[in-house]
Amino acid sequence: MFTNRLPIAKLAGAVVALAAVISAVMLSINWDGAEDSTAAPKIDNLLNIMIVLSSIVFAIVVVALAYALIAFRAKPGDESDGEPIHGNTRLEIAWTLIPTIIVLFSGGWSWKVLNEIEETDPNHMTVSVFSQQYAWSFGYPGKEYAYSQGVLHVPVNRQIVFKMHSQDVIHSFWVPQWRIKKDNVPGITTTAVVTPTKTGTYQLICTELCGFGHASMRAKVIVQSQSAFDKWVEGLKEKVPPDLMVSVKQDTETNPEPLERAVAE
Amino acid sequence: MVATFTRPGWYRAALCTVLAAAFGVGLVVLLRSISGLPAFQSEQTGYPQVVVPLILAPLGFLLGIGCFDYWLRWGVGARTIPEDHSSHGAYSWKDYFKVNTDHKVIGVQYVVTSFVFFLIGGLIAMLIRAELAQPGTQIVGAGTFNGLFSTHAVLMIFVFIIPMFAGMANYVLPLMIGAPDMAFPRLNALSYWMLPLAGIMFLASFLAPGGAFDAGWTGYAPLSTGAPLGQSFFNIGVQFAGFSSIFTALNFLVTIITMRAPGMTFWRMPLLVWANLSTSLLVVAATPFISGAQFMVLLDRVLHTNFFQFGAGGDVISYQHIFWFYSHPAVYIMILPGFGIISEVISVHARKPIFGYRLMALALIGIVVLSYSVWAHHMFVAGMFSWLRVPMMLTTLLIAVPTGIKIFSWLGTLYFGKIHTKSTAMLFALAMIVTFTIGGISGVMLGMVPFDIHVSDTYFIVAHIHFVLFGGSVFTIFAGLYHWFPKMTGRMYDERLGRIHFWGTLIGTWGTFIPMHWVGMDGMPRRVADYAAQFGNWNLMISCFAFLLGAVQLIFVYNMIVSWRFGPKAPANPWGGKSIEWLVSSPPPVFNFDEIPRVVGGPYEYGIPGARHAIMPGEGAEIPVTRETVVGS
Ligand code: HEM
Ligand SMILES: [Cu+2]
Ligand SMILES: [Cu+2]
Repeated sequence: MFTNRLPIAKLAGAVVALAAVISAVMLSINWDGAEDSTAAPKIDNLLNIMIVLSSIVFAIVVVALAYALIAFRAKPGDESDGEPIHGNTRLEIAWTLIPTIIVLFSGGWSWKVLNEIEETDPNHMTVSVFSQQYAWSFGYPGKEYAYSQGVLHVPVNRQIVFKMHSQDVIHSFWVPQWRIKKDNVPGITTTAVVTPTKTGTYQLICTELCGFGHASMRAKVIVQSQSAFDKWVEGLKEKVPPDLMVSVKQDTETNPEPLERAVAE
Repeated sequence: MVATFTRPGWYRAALCTVLAAAFGVGLVVLLRSISGLPAFQSEQTGYPQVVVPLILAPLGFLLGIGCFDYWLRWGVGARTIPEDHSSHGAYSWKDYFKVNTDHKVIGVQYVVTSFVFFLIGGLIAMLIRAELAQPGTQIVGAGTFNGLFSTHAVLMIFVFIIPMFAGMANYVLPLMIGAPDMAFPRLNALSYWMLPLAGIMFLASFLAPGGAFDAGWTGYAPLSTGAPLGQSFFNIGVQFAGFSSIFTALNFLVTIITMRAPGMTFWRMPLLVWANLSTSLLVVAATPFISGAQFMVLLDRVLHTNFFQFGAGGDVISYQHIFWFYSHPAVYIMILPGFGIISEVISVHARKPIFGYRLMALALIGIVVLSYSVWAHHMFVAGMFSWLRVPMMLTTLLIAVPTGIKIFSWLGTLYFGKIHTKSTAMLFALAMIVTFTIGGISGVMLGMVPFDIHVSDTYFIVAHIHFVLFGGSVFTIFAGLYHWFPKMTGRMYDERLGRIHFWGTLIGTWGTFIPMHWVGMDGMPRRVADYAAQFGNWNLMISCFAFLLGAVQLIFVYNMIVSWRFGPKAPANPWGGKSIEWLVSSPPPVFNFDEIPRVVGGPYEYGIPGARHAIMPGEGAEIPVTRETVVGS
C-alpha cells in the first residue's frame, strides 16, 4: 500500500511533538480571566480539553501539509503528473469515524458540564434583572422586591437564580468572570443560574446590540458576604416600580426547564 | 429622440426608474388621502412615501434596462425570436453595461460588481478599525458606528461573497459540464441586474433620515422593527439580493441536472459542479426564509402587523428562529462553492486525482442535510427552550465531520503528487486549508454549549466568522479568481504581484483575527464602538494588521486591471487542467463549443497514460492536456 512509502513514524512523532508544544503553550495561558463562579472552572476545563484535542487536529493538518510540500514539490521543469491514486477506503473510513468519535465525546462532555452548571440548589436566592435602553436595575423578590439601579449586590457562595426581563429591545447579561450569559428578551422571562465563589467588584456587560448606547450599557456587580448583603438590602428604600412589576407578572416563562423539573422533583 | 427612450438601455432605465418612483409616491398619497390621512407620514418606522417607491423604482429600472422585454413581448402576443442572439456575447466593453444573455458576460458582470462592493465594504472596515484602534470614541459616534458595521457585514455577505461565487460559477460551470450556456439565459441576466440594485440600496440607506440601518446584519427584532428608516432599505435590499440568489440557484440546478454533456454522469462531474449543486439546494430552500423574515419586519414597521411585537401578540424569539433557519445554511452557501474551487485548484496544481472523490461529493450532500438542523446554535443564550440546545449542539458538532473529510481529502490529494506552487491560486488554496481549519476548530468550540455561553456575542465570534469567511471564503475566491483569470480574460496575470498579495493577505488575516479570539474570551463584547482600556494594545495591533490587509488588496486590484489590459496572452490551458473549460480557447468562443464535447472519463485522471476526461469534436482534440509553459510570463 502507498502509505508504506511514507515515514509514518516520523510524521506521527512530529504531530505529537507539535501538538504537545501547542497544548503546553496554550494551556499555560489564562484565556478566560478570573474564575469567580462555580461554573467558571468547569467551563475552563472544557476549554482545556478542547485546546488539547484541537492542537492534535491542527498539528495533523499542519504536519501533513508541511510534509507534502517538502516531499512532493515538483522539481523545476518537471511537467509530469503525480501518481494516479484515487483514494483509500480504509483511510477515508478512519477520517470519518475518528472525528465523529472526537466530536461526540466533546458533545457528551459539554452536555454533562451544561447540566452541572445549570443544576439548581434548593437553597437558591432569586434576583430579578430588568434591562432597558441603556440601563440595568435589579429587584430582590426574597426581600419584598427591594430595588437597586445600576448596581447589583449578591451574596457569595450562594446560588443565585436570575429572572430576567427587558422593557424594550433584547439585551444580554454577561459577567465574564462568572462565564454566564443570557439574553433579556421583551415579553418573556429568561433564567440564568450563577453561584459566585469570590467576593469583589465586577462589571455586568450588555452583549446584545441594543442601540447607540450599547457599548456603555454596564452595571456594577458587588459580591459580598451574606451578612453584608443582608445589611445592604435592608438599607434599600425603593421597591421595584409598578411598571417593572408588570413584566415580572406578565412575562411568559417560555423556558420551564430545567428549573421546573428541579422544583417538581 | 423617442427611440432613445424606447430602446432597452440606460436612458429608458433612468426614465422608468423615475416614473416608477413617482407612481409609488402617487399611489401612497392617493391611498392615504382616500383613507382621510395626511398625504405623508414621517414616523421613523413608517415613511410609506419612501418605502413604496423603494420597492417600485428598482422594478422600473429592471424594466427599463430590458430584463423583461422578451417575456413581456411574448406575454402580449407580439413577435418574439427565441433564437435571437443579438444580446449574447460581448464585442466591446460597452456590452458589459447592457442586459446580456451570455453566461460568460454575466459571470464577468457578477465578479466585477461584487468585487466593487468588496472594496466598498473593505473601506468601511478600515473606518471601523480606525475607530477601534484606541478605546474611547474618536472618529465616529456610537450611532454611526452601528451603521458602519451593519453595512459592512451586509455588503460583504449579500453583495460580495454570495454573488461572487454565483458569478464565478456562472462563468466556469457551463463550460465545465460542456453546456452552451445556462438553462435560462434571460433569467440569468435578471438575476445579475438585481445585484447592483441591492448593493446600491444598502449604501443609499446612509442618506436616509436617521442614518444607515444599524441593527447588525442579523437585524434582530424588536431593535429592527423600531429602527429609523434606514432599516427599511435593508429589508427591501435583501429581497432583491435574495431573489437574485434564488433565481440563480434554480438556474444552476436545472443546468446541472439537464444540460451535462453526453457521457457526464453525476460521478464524472468535477467537484466544483457538485459544490454548486449542493449550494443551490441550500439556496432554493433556505433563502425564502430570510426574504420572509425581512418582509415580516418591513410589514411590522410600515403596516404594524406585529409579527415580532411583544405585548401585541407577536413573539420576539421567533424572528431569530426564522432568521437563522436561513442564515446558518447561508454560512454554507458562503463556503461550499469555495470548497469546490479548492478541489479544482489543488488537483490541477498537484497533478493528482482528488483523493476520495465520491466521499468528497457525499460530504457536500451531508453538509447540506445537516445544515438545516443546526440553526439554533446561534441561539444558545437567546432564551429559547433550553432542551433544544443539546440536540442542536450534537448536530452542530457532527457537521464538523464532513467538513473534516474535505480537509483531509485535500491533504491526501497532495500526497504523491507533483505540487506546483508557482501559481498564486495554489498558494491561496494551500493557505486556505490551514486557515479554514482554525475557523472550523473555533466553530466546534462554539458548538459546545457551556463554552458558547461564555463567548457568544464577544470578539471570539468575530474571530470565528472572519477565519471562516476571510480565511475560508475569501481565500477560495482569490484562489478561483487567479485560477480562472487566464480563462476569463485571455491574459496571464503577474505572479510576482500575486505572491506579494498572497503573503500580505495571509499575514494580515492571521494578525488581524487571531488576537480577536483572546480579547473575546477575556471579556470584550462585539459590536461596540468603545471598550475597556485593558484591550487597548491588542486592538491597536489588530487595527495595524487590518490596515495591512486592506492595503495589499490594492495590489490585487492593480494586478488584475493591468494584466487584463496588458498581460501576456494566455494559452487555452495554462495550468494543464483536464476539465472541459481548459479544452476551449481563452477566452472561450461566444457559444462555448461548436459542437458539444463528449465526456469519456472522470474529471481528475492525472497520471493515467492516455486517460481523457472529455473529447472535443474536430480540431479541439489536438489541444494538449499536459502542462504548457506560458510564453512571456
Ligand atoms: C465546522 C464548522 C462550523 C461550526 C461547528 C460552526 C459553529 C458556529 C456556532 C456555534 C456559531 C454561533 C456562535 C454564537 O453566536 O454564539 C457560529 C457563528 C458563526 N459562524 Fe460558524 N461554524 C462553522 C463553520 C462556519 C462557516 C464555514 C462559516 C462561513 C463561511 C461560518 C460563519 C459563521 C458566522 C457568520 C457566524 C456568526 C453569526 C453572527 O452572529 O453574526 N461558520 N458558528
Ligand atoms: Cu446592549
Ligand atoms: Cu451557524
